Amino acid sequence: MKPLFYNSMANVIKLRKGLDINLKGKATEEYFLVKEPGFYTLVPDDFPGVTPKVVVKEQEYVMAGGPLFVDKNHPELKFVSPVGGVVTSVERGERRKVMSITVQATEEQNYVEFGAKKVSELSADAVKAALLEAGLFTFIKQRPYDVIADPNITPKAIFISAFDSSPLAPSFEFALKGEEVNFQTGLDALAKMAKTYLGISVKQSATALTQAKNVTVTAFDGPHPAGNVGIQIHQLSPVNKGETVWTIGAEEVIFIGRLFNTGRIDLTRTVAVTGSEVLKPAYCKLAVGALLTNVFAGNVTEDKELRYISGNVLTGKRISPNQYLGAFHNQLTVIPEGTEVHEMAGWIMPRFNQFSVNRSYFSWLLDLFGKRAYVLDARIKGGERHMIMSHEYDKVLPMDILPEFLLKAIIAGDIDRMEQLGIYEVAPEDFALCEFVCSSKVPVQRIVREGLDGLREEMC
Amino acid sequence: MKALRNYLDKIKPNFEEGGKFHAFHSVFDGFETFLFVPNRTSKLGTHIHDSIDSKRIMSIVVIALIPALLFGMYNVGYQHFTHTGAQGGFSEMFAYGFLAVLPKLIVSYVVGLGIEFVIAQWKKEEIQEGFLVSGILIPMIVPVDCPLWILAVATAFAVIFAKEVFGGTGMNVFNVALVTRAFLFFAYPAKMSGDAVWVSGESIFGLGKSVDGLTAATSLGMASTATAPNGYPAFSWDMVTGLIPGSIGETSVIAILLGAALLLITGIASWKTMFSVFVGGAFMAIVFNTIGPDTAMANMPWYEHLALGGFCFGAVFMATDPVTAARTETGKYIYGFLIGSMAIIIRVLNPGYPEGMMLAILLMNIFAPLIDYCVVQGNISRREKRVTKSNN
Repeated sequence: MKPLFYNSMANVIKLRKGLDINLKGKATEEYFLVKEPGFYTLVPDDFPGVTPKVVVKEQEYVMAGGPLFVDKNHPELKFVSPVGGVVTSVERGERRKVMSITVQATEEQNYVEFGAKKVSELSADAVKAALLEAGLFTFIKQRPYDVIADPNITPKAIFISAFDSSPLAPSFEFALKGEEVNFQTGLDALAKMAKTYLGISVKQSATALTQAKNVTVTAFDGPHPAGNVGIQIHQLSPVNKGETVWTIGAEEVIFIGRLFNTGRIDLTRTVAVTGSEVLKPAYCKLAVGALLTNVFAGNVTEDKELRYISGNVLTGKRISPNQYLGAFHNQLTVIPEGTEVHEMAGWIMPRFNQFSVNRSYFSWLLDLFGKRAYVLDARIKGGERHMIMSHEYDKVLPMDILPEFLLKAIIAGDIDRMEQLGIYEVAPEDFALCEFVCSSKVPVQRIVREGLDGLREEMC
Repeated sequence: MKALRNYLDKIKPNFEEGGKFHAFHSVFDGFETFLFVPNRTSKLGTHIHDSIDSKRIMSIVVIALIPALLFGMYNVGYQHFTHTGAQGGFSEMFAYGFLAVLPKLIVSYVVGLGIEFVIAQWKKEEIQEGFLVSGILIPMIVPVDCPLWILAVATAFAVIFAKEVFGGTGMNVFNVALVTRAFLFFAYPAKMSGDAVWVSGESIFGLGKSVDGLTAATSLGMASTATAPNGYPAFSWDMVTGLIPGSIGETSVIAILLGAALLLITGIASWKTMFSVFVGGAFMAIVFNTIGPDTAMANMPWYEHLALGGFCFGAVFMATDPVTAARTETGKYIYGFLIGSMAIIIRVLNPGYPEGMMLAILLMNIFAPLIDYCVVQGNISRREKRVTKSNN
C-alpha cells in the first residue's frame, strides 16, 4: 500500500544508490527501564571543530543547563550540563587537552530557568540568542567542514533528517510519540532563523512529520544513506563554495521545542540498544552523556569479547561498557569483537554467513530466498591496500560526486581539486558505506575528516 | 586446522620485531593471512567491514583464468602431436602440454613473487596480492617456445620497473603482464614472433617427438604475410575452440568466455570495459572491410578478427585490469572502445606485427588517466554551473 502522502504534499525523491546492511539485533519498539545512571559526561571531542575552555572547577555544583565548557574561539557557544549535580572530574590528556568533564547527578534536580517563550513572537536573533544561552546551539552542525555551526554566519538553509537509515537505526517515529508538540515548536524555532527543510522517509506516516508546518517536507525513498542529512542536502540544495547550511538531528529539534515550551533544558533521548550481542534489543530513555554501565549490565552475551559502540556500526564511537552516551548518539550497538575468530583460507571459502556486496561471496544467492539478518564482528577481514577496484564507492554514494577522485585529491592535499570535486558538501558519515564496501580497506572516513579539517585550517 | 593455528601462534614471535626471523616477517605475514583471515579489528572508522578483500578478488581472477590455462596446456600438446606427427591420445597431449607450460608458470611465480617478497620486506609492508594474477597471465601470453631464462628476465623487469617503482599494486600505470610481454617482444623478437615459436618441436620426458626446424604460423601471421587480398585463412570452428597455434592461453574463445562469465557474474571485471572492447574491435574491422586497403588483414571478417590472436584474452583479462583501466564509468566505455579499435588498426595498418592487442592495451593504459580527467572535468563543470545558476 502506498503511504497516503505520496499523493499529497510532500515531494518524493527516489534514490537508487546505497546499501542496507541487514544486521541481527534490531530494537523492538518498547521501552525498558534503566536504573538512574548517576554520572553524566561531556566529551569535547564529540563536538567537531571546538576548542574547549572549561568554565567549572571540580567539586563545583552546576544546575541542569549550566555551562561546563565553552568554545575558545566562540565563547558564546556554551556546552551545558544535562543534569544538576557536582562536577566530579575534569580529565585532561596530553598537552592538557580536555578529554571529559563528569557531573554526578544530585538526588534533587535544579534547572537553570531560561523562561518559556512563544516562538511565533520571537525574531530570528532572539531564537538564536535563546539557543546559545541554553547551550542547545551546540547541537547544530554546519556544512562545509561538518563542524559545530559558527553562530555568526547566517546559513542559507537548515536541514533536518527525520529518519536514520543506517544499520539497526532507531525509529524516530517511535521516539516522536508524545513529543509531537515539542517537535513542531522546535521546527518553528529553526524556521525563524532560515529556510528549513525536513527530510522524511516514505515509510514514515506520523502526521507530525508528513504535515509538519513552517518547513519544506521532502520524502526520500531508497537504501542507506538516504537518511543521511548530507545526501538530502545534496538532492535539495547542494552547498556551493562560500555557502553555509546548518544541520540538526531530529531528536535535537525536540530538545529545542522543550526549551521554548518549558523554559528548561531536557536532553533526554530515546536510545535504541541494538546489536547481535544484546539479549533484549529495545529502547530506553537516557540523557546526553549518561553513564552506560546500567544499560549493558545483564543485557549482553557473556561468552565472547564484545565491542560496544555509542552510535551505529558505521559511524559510531568505540566505547567501554563503563563509558558514556555520545553527545549526538541515540543508539548503542554491541557486536562481537571477533579477535578470537580465525577463519581458514577466507580467500577461497564460500563463507555463506558473511555479508558482502561483492558477488564473489555467494551469500547473495541465499539472500534471493529472503533477506537474512547477519551477525558481523569488528574484524577488518583484509589488509589495507592502495585502491585497486574502481566503482566500488560510487555504488553506495547517491551524490553527483566522484568519491574516489575526491579522496585522492584529499590524500594529495590538493585544495583546488577538493573544492572542485565537492568537498564542501560532504561529511565523513556520508562516506561510511564507502569505507564498509572498500576491498582495499582504505580508512575513508578518516581521510575525509582530515581533508575537511585541513581545508578549514587553510580557509578560516 | 586448530593445530595449524596453534603452530602459527607458536612460531609467530620469531618473525616479529626482535625475533630471529624478522627478516622474513612479510613472507610469514603473507602466508598467515592466506591461511587465516586476519583477525585484526577496526580501530577507527566503520566498525564492520565487507568480507571482500584483495585476496578474494585476485583469487577469483586466477580461477577465471584456469579454463584458458588448462585448454592452453592441452592445445600445446595437440599442436605438437599434430605438427610432428607423433602418436598420442588426449592424455598424452595434455601431459605434454602440462609439462611444457608448468616450468613457465613456476618461473613466473618464483621470480615475480620472490621480488615482491623482498620489496615488501624492505618497505616493511604487507605482501600485495597483485602478482598472483600477473604471475599466471605471463606464461599464458607467451609462445610455448619462449625460453625460461628470457621469461625470468622479462618478469623481473616488469615487476620492478612497471610496478614496484610506481609504488606497487594499485599504483602501476601499465599492466604488468603486458609489460613483460612487450619487453620480450622488443628485446627478443625472434623468440616471440615468426613461424618457429608457436609449436614446440621438442619431446619432453619421452612424450612427443623431436623435430628440427618445425614451423607453424598463427592465423594472424598467415593473414599478415598473405599477398592475395583474400589470403586470410578461412574462418573455422578451430578458431573458436582454440585448436590453432598461438600464445599458450589465448587461443580458445570458449575457455576465455568461461572465465569472462565468472568475472562478470562476480562483478570483478567491468562489463562496460569488456563489452566496449569487442564493440570497438568489431566496429573498426567492419570499417576496414568496407573502406580499408585491399589487403588480407583488412578484408578479414570482423568476427574472425575478434576470435583470432589475443583479442579475446586481452579484452577479458587485460583491458579489465581495474588499476590500469579508466576508473570512471563513462571512461570505461571510451577506454574499451579505443582498445578494440586500436588493436584492429595496428593489425591492419602496420607491416611489422601481426598482432595489435598488446600494444593497443599498453597505449590505452597511457591514455586512461586522460580519459578519466575529461570525465572528472565534466563533473566539475556541472558543479560550477550549479553555482552560477544559484547566483542568478
